[in-house]
Amino acid sequence: MDWQLVADSFWPLLQGGLTGTIPLALASFAIGLVLALLVALLRLSPNPVLSWIGRAYVSVIRGTPLLVQLFVIFYGMPEIGIRLDPWPSAIIAFSLNVGGYAAEVVRAAILSVPKGQWEAAWTVGMSPVRSLGRIILPQAARVSVPPLSNTFISLVKDTSLASLILVTEMFRKAQEIAAFSSEFLTIYIEAAFIYWLFCTVLSTGQNALEKRLDRYVAH
Amino acid sequence: MSHTEDRPTGNLLTARGIEKSFGTNHVLRGVDLDVRRGEVVALIGASGSGKTTVLRSLNGLETPDAGLLEFDGGPAVDFGARSVALGRRTGADGAPDEETAAADAPIDDAPADDVSADDVPAEEAAARSGWLGRRAARRQAKTDRAALRDRSAMVFQHHNLFPHRTVLENVIEGPTQVQRVPRETAVARAEELLARVGLAEKRDAYPHELSGGQQQRVGIVRALALQPDLLLFDEPTSALDPELVGEVLTVMKELAEEGWTMVVVTHELQFARQVASQVLFLDGGVVVERGAPAQIFTNPAEERTRQFLNRVLHPLD
Repeated sequence: MDWQLVADSFWPLLQGGLTGTIPLALASFAIGLVLALLVALLRLSPNPVLSWIGRAYVSVIRGTPLLVQLFVIFYGMPEIGIRLDPWPSAIIAFSLNVGGYAAEVVRAAILSVPKGQWEAAWTVGMSPVRSLGRIILPQAARVSVPPLSNTFISLVKDTSLASLILVTEMFRKAQEIAAFSSEFLTIYIEAAFIYWLFCTVLSTGQNALEKRLDRYVAH
Repeated sequence: MSHTEDRPTGNLLTARGIEKSFGTNHVLRGVDLDVRRGEVVALIGASGSGKTTVLRSLNGLETPDAGLLEFDGGPAVDFGARSVALGRRTGADGAPDEETAAADAPIDDAPADDVSADDVPAEEAAARSGWLGRRAARRQAKTDRAALRDRSAMVFQHHNLFPHRTVLENVIEGPTQVQRVPRETAVARAEELLARVGLAEKRDAYPHELSGGQQQRVGIVRALALQPDLLLFDEPTSALDPELVGEVLTVMKELAEEGWTMVVVTHELQFARQVASQVLFLDGGVVVERGAPAQIFTNPAEERTRQFLNRVLHPLD
């Protein structure tokens, strides 16, 4: 192993992670969560049309490869006149994807809050929207932290697919360095190590968040 | 005022011919209820008798299929006409008998500030054709439900406190978020109420840190903080350990003495006997017998009442 190369490429790779991978993951996750909440509410709606729309969305997102979704948006859309840069394309594709997967988590978490909480919120005078925001979602949040963390960690790794639509994130950096130096094994293992580092830090963050949200729960 | 004998003056709440089905299960078959200001009404009966459904109908947690609910000062809701407007019932289906006839009569003495029944009478909505009429009726149903709810506050069997909020936050949630009471006012009032039930020092605790009896007392304070006209209790002591029942009943008794109007679904016959001014015994979705506690408990007129009391008071015989 060429340790000099490992040392020389560490900063460029980490930089690709910090300026590409992480911002892409964070932005997509934030937008995806909002989308997931909307889709979850659609699915929970008593209106059969709305609930069908939510179900259809989840079905399409989960039933098609993420890579295909990326390609449809970046390479396909220009044919109907929608031409987007790599970054916006990637953020849109990943957000839509997170929206589909996280919707099921959010829906289950909302359903896990006892019916009595809705009734108590009703009794103190709240509208359904306010009940959801102040009473139900805070309790659902606690339940959904572990599964949503899973989604987020998967997303961090999935962002490597964005290299295929020309986004300069960590894996694309790795490809460039590897092609330049012809040390494929060394560079790709190094990139893998940095992905692992990111995910480990995120898992620690998950534990801390769980602990904080657990403070009002009986043990 | 053609209905004065039917709906006695001085009532805070009048219910006539309340009916409710869950699927094929006909839970309420025409229940009448008169709640005068400042009185305590106890609903007793076996599980499945419909007493909890009656209570939940009073604040919109259940929507009756037929019948009339009228609060003094509004709202007045005619559920039968509305069911027709919503396309749920045709006139012939489940036609009201003489018990519910009152519900079908127009309300001619509803107060002017009545927010619900007078705006778009359900009958008028029914007269409109098609989905527009149904939509208007649905919107009206929502308004009615909320208007009913705003007159009362409920204490649940399983306290249903908000677990992610402290005791104080639970109590001020309704006043500050819904009623727009300034926070300082709401907090001062909450602290006073908590002190009255002996929980002043628990204001910053989370519900799971309290005993069952303390949780239920917070539940009562949360209801009181809304300053409702009517307090509803749904078997408030049924889920408690026996040694914790007393502290909750004591608070309820004090509230009764202070003149709060209360409707209490309870298995605590001792409490009903001491505190209630009116006891209703329900069975099979109808009020079998009603009267002063002394009469119901010592000299019931109906065989079914007698049997129920025997079973509850002498379970080993």
